Amino acid sequence: MRSKHEYGKYSNPERVIMSETTPSYAVGDRVRILDIGKPGHVRTPTYVRHKIGTIERFCGMFENPEDKAYGRWGLPPIPLYRVQLKQGDIWPDYDGGPGDVLEIEIYDHWLAPAGEATR
Amino acid sequence: MSTHDHNHDHDDHAPTREDDDLELTEGEARFLALKSLLIEGGVMTADEIRARMEFNERGSPHQAARMIARAWLDPDYKARMLADTKAAAAELGIEATEAALVTIENTPERHNMVVCTLCSCYPRSLLGEPPAFYVSKAYRSRAVREPRKVLREFGVEIPDAVDIAVHDSNADLRYVIMPMRPAGTEGLNEEELAALIARDSVVGCALPVAPA
Repeated sequence: MRSKHEYGKYSNPERVIMSETTPSYAVGDRVRILDIGKPGHVRTPTYVRHKIGTIERFCGMFENPEDKAYGRWGLPPIPLYRVQLKQGDIWPDYDGGPGDVLEIEIYDHWLAPAGEATR
Repeated sequence: MSTHDHNHDHDDHAPTREDDDLELTEGEARFLALKSLLIEGGVMTADEIRARMEFNERGSPHQAARMIARAWLDPDYKARMLADTKAAAAELGIEATEAALVTIENTPERHNMVVCTLCSCYPRSLLGEPPAFYVSKAYRSRAVREPRKVLREFGVEIPDAVDIAVHDSNADLRYVIMPMRPAGTEGLNEEELAALIARDSVVGCALPVAPA
């Protein structure tokens, strides 16, 4: 197998860029996942929009895939979080245990504090 | 192999896929044109392109199985794998090129499974190509909606007292599920343990079982 160095000119495997920016949300914060009405290569699936969950972790700063999909650089990097939602809060007729959860990655601009008005 | 000693009927030689004699898709035609230009222009050689394709396709579920087996035997390694999966892979000489790789541990209280509802995001550099079911729309839509029923169809019965966490691999992280070490495997070494860890158990759709 060849080393990463030899492939360096074709790929950029270290594309996670840690930033000095402080993330907007902390672990445990209650957040609402927004529907910002953006078309195209967005990474927030319909089934979690308008739902309320809890920040499970801050994942780091990532180049914005909504821009990268169209040939742009996706810079500056944006914060990404994992949000934990109770399955019963996503599906009112969920057929499973009350402790069952879904965890999903959501970029900062798709989130608002849970107390704020929805979009 | 030198001798034709494997055990099958020769009717088994029927093609498992449709013969690939269809017209090129637009993407295939573009790839072949670009490849010829790069070679003719001296930018890269055909061998470099082949080597890169082999590098891209080097992933195998066995790589994750080796890491999990090591983690079962070595609590310090397990802690490092949970903290930084890419670095833990590198310790075993496994080069994972995913932007960010996360290991999620099954516990007696919580079973975990992975799905990418938007497409089929999967840690390919570590695990190789995803299973066909993982890419199917049925799995992608049902795993988040009725995970217990989906798992039951895989033969995995999760007791009501155990919570299920479904992880939608919808953005930049890629996931490895670390199953629990089955009972009855106390005497096994790392290689023997790794052999128990099936591809589907690393996405949470199977459980390792001790050898009979």
